[in-house]
Amino acid sequence: MPIFTSFLAGLVFGLGLVLSGMANPAKVLGFLDLAGSWDPSLALVMLGAIAVGLVAFAIAKRRKISFLGLPINLPTSRHIDRRLLGGGLLFGIGWGIAGFCPGPALANLGMGEVKAVVFVAAMLVGMALFEFLEHRRRAY
Amino acid sequence: MTIDWSSFTPYSSLAGGMLIGLAAAMFILLNGRIAGISGVLGGLLTPKKGDVGWRLAFILGIICAPAAYALLAHVPTRQIDAGWGALVLAGLLVGLGTRYGAGCTSGHGVCGLSRLSPRSLAATAAFMGAGFLTVYVIRHVLGI
Repeated sequence: MPIFTSFLAGLVFGLGLVLSGMANPAKVLGFLDLAGSWDPSLALVMLGAIAVGLVAFAIAKRRKISFLGLPINLPTSRHIDRRLLGGGLLFGIGWGIAGFCPGPALANLGMGEVKAVVFVAAMLVGMALFEFLEHRRRAY
Repeated sequence: MTIDWSSFTPYSSLAGGMLIGLAAAMFILLNGRIAGISGVLGGLLTPKKGDVGWRLAFILGIICAPAAYALLAHVPTRQIDAGWGALVLAGLLVGLGTRYGAGCTSGHGVCGLSRLSPRSLAATAAFMGAGFLTVYVIRHVLGI
């Protein structure tokens, strides 16, 4: 059952990405281009998502186990440090270069976009590089 | 700033956003997990027993979404202008950055802000700010 609901949540997430325009890199860059002719659509994507999310997380915060009886894993870290902000900056630069963030890149895989295959492969290499650097940092 | 009204899609973007919020709601209230794509994906690189299936299922769901969408409606056209080198560089930065920053647009931007997390607000400000600045430099300073 958790595997099925996980698939279903991914499916709904992906449908939202396609419908909202987030899955179109040109539209994402149109939103990020404040100085050009600005497309404010993606602000409404965030607004819609957070409006629903606020209710869901208010409920989740009051519970220890999910409606399927699984533990609810809410993040506990509260540190705002160089790692968080530096990572955010690197991510933002990459996002601004191609207009892809992780979710939409996966949705584009499903559309058979060869460019998305290249992006996702490079993204996985970047994630593996993080694991390698973290492993080395802990070893010292 | 001039607003590009011809590209503005308020209804579909708002409805699509609500679907994304619904997916995040399902994931936390049923599976007890944060719908953060970079975290779900990154966890597969250091696989632990019993921790792989739900990750793959969620990712498979996203990948299958365009085909499911095509059964219901016409899939909107999309355009990827970045060249191959730019895609590789962008992918590396997104992969590295989302793991150091412990989240992306979904984990920090949607789930984190919905949880009213100051940490996620700081992360979202960092990547949105960097995204705005990067597009400004590429389009209006370098003129690419």
